[in-house]
Amino acid sequence: MAYDKFTTLKSTAVPLPIENVDTDQLIPARFLKATERVGFGDNLFRDWRYNPDNTPKADFVLNNPIYKGKILVGGKNFGSGSSREHAAWAVYDYGFRCVVSSFFADIFKGNCLNIGVLPVQVSPEFSDKIFAAIFKNPATELEINLAQQSITLLETGETETFDISGYKKDNMMNGFDDIDYLQNIKADIVEFAKARPF
Amino acid sequence: MSNTLFDKVWDSHVIRKIEGGPDVVFIDRHLIHEVTSPVAFLGLKERGIGVLYPNRTFATADHNTPTINQHLPVADPLSANQLRALESNSNQYGISHWGLGHQKNGIVHVVGPEYGITQPGATIVCGDSHTSTHGAFGAIAFGIGTSEVEMVLSTQCIMQPKPQKMRITLTGKLGFGVTPKDAALFIISQLSTSGATGYFVEYAGPVFENMTMEGRMTVCNLSIEMGARGGMIAPDQTTFDYIKGREFTPKGDAWDKAMQYWQTLKTDDDAVFDKEYTFDGSTIEPMITYGTNPGMGIGISNHIPNAKDVEGGVATYEKSLNYMGFAQGDTMIGKPVDYVFLGSCTNGRIEDFRAFASIVKGKHKADNVTAWLVPGSHIVEAQIKEEGILDILTEAGFTLRQPGCSACLAMNDDKIPAGKYAVSTSNRNFEGRQGPGSRTMLASPLVAAASAVMGVVTDPRGF
Ligand code: SF4
Repeated sequence: MAYDKFTTLKSTAVPLPIENVDTDQLIPARFLKATERVGFGDNLFRDWRYNPDNTPKADFVLNNPIYKGKILVGGKNFGSGSSREHAAWAVYDYGFRCVVSSFFADIFKGNCLNIGVLPVQVSPEFSDKIFAAIFKNPATELEINLAQQSITLLETGETETFDISGYKKDNMMNGFDDIDYLQNIKADIVEFAKARPF
Repeated sequence: MSNTLFDKVWDSHVIRKIEGGPDVVFIDRHLIHEVTSPVAFLGLKERGIGVLYPNRTFATADHNTPTINQHLPVADPLSANQLRALESNSNQYGISHWGLGHQKNGIVHVVGPEYGITQPGATIVCGDSHTSTHGAFGAIAFGIGTSEVEMVLSTQCIMQPKPQKMRITLTGKLGFGVTPKDAALFIISQLSTSGATGYFVEYAGPVFENMTMEGRMTVCNLSIEMGARGGMIAPDQTTFDYIKGREFTPKGDAWDKAMQYWQTLKTDDDAVFDKEYTFDGSTIEPMITYGTNPGMGIGISNHIPNAKDVEGGVATYEKSLNYMGFAQGDTMIGKPVDYVFLGSCTNGRIEDFRAFASIVKGKHKADNVTAWLVPGSHIVEAQIKEEGILDILTEAGFTLRQPGCSACLAMNDDKIPAGKYAVSTSNRNFEGRQGPGSRTMLASPLVAAASAVMGVVTDPRGF
């Protein structure tokens, strides 16, 4: 599925300083029954966000109008658990384009990259700084520059660089995905498959 | 050059390496189910492309299927819709479809090995993180997202950087009442839920060498719970005996040729891992989890650790214990139990039912416990009946449900109610995993059985 190109993003951010946020929190299994990729944002963090009677939980950050933006800042080991890409879809569909954490679970990170959400891994120290800045001033803006692989706290100018493979970076900046690439090398694949009897 | 088992299998599947990027890896076998495939098929349609090798993909319905009255139409319209989508997509593209009611239907990671789809040296993927199960056969197997399902359908490849390599060795021998599930929960408790992120694990040493294939599958299944991409065990005679003669394994000359290759699938003596751990298997107790991730496990006779003694943030730890309604320093033995779940791709195989039956034989289920016993497949279900296990279970007051994922992820009606405690043989104790508000304690089939009989968390070694 093609997605928007990602170059730079300047936005306020939503802080969620909880560790080991798992995919069952991002999107509980009972909301995985769709056969199309629509509406997952409504159920992002469903059980942290809503009471059983569907009234919003006042103390959850997504229900706090002070915090908004296209960047979600999570605690360590963000996205652990299942391979459900629905978790990344929910993040995207809600309106986030970037997730910042000091550590990501593997599959979630890969899923994000495949659908156009940029996972930005920062040092634990920088993560602490970001949380502190947002809690002090919710209007704090972050700037993410993919070409330079940098994330900056605009207020103070503090900045850090992050890792991303050159290939994935190219894809994100151009809105390409892996299938576009693989389609172009199909002849090689077919040749290779001949040597791999089923 | 000396290589690890993982290197040998991975490198032999790389079609192309991208400078500063991922490898293009050929996938031998692809398993799909109703939940993570529909959007992938939609993607194919939108792009106007087809399925490159339909005979390398197998479809089974499991995540969302009812575990009682499977002969009736599925009541929930959304679930029914997903099941129909799997069937019509499979039919449209010529993929074998083992839907609800089909004799080969069952949990994807249980039926794959049963029919010999899983083989040593193969690359296997599925849109489910516990695909790591198949690593028990010396395959590279891991879970993928829906975009990747679409990739594999259309090109039979995925694009991923090669993970780092970790070896975990268990020396000695597991003690009485200690199962492969306990060995896995122990390792996860030592490494934490993110300790193996970025790695592919090889399990080595006498404990794994002496395990049955069922036990090895349980261990590899849980690799993902410490963040690993997957886990694998070198194939040996136990492996070959298990797969020989199964529907999709090679026969005759092809078998002999395959064996020649499979016997080379082991880590060379001087191969180097990026990380190594060794533990003494004889020190492991039956395990149980007390928190909301699989790394929060302890020996069943221990006390819940104090926040200051665990890694990670105090706030997150306290949030987790609050959710469970437990306190630091509590003992786990004697904790309340409302539900017991035996099943899932972790512990829904015949050996798990044998273990459960060995404890409940001649005893009776506690009245306060609701027990859901869910076989992983129709083959397991049939074996339970043939071996007389069903009679033992029935006499002890238990009933058997029909195959499926069931309360492992609680997508169907098998949901643990809010606030209730479940001793579960599945793989995840996340908040709400087994139903909104449910509280899960992960454990082995033996602990589950002893707890079902006593009505509280119980050490099976006393039975
Ligand atoms: S039993 Fe659970 S972990 Fe296994 S395939 Fe089903 S949902 Fe996934």
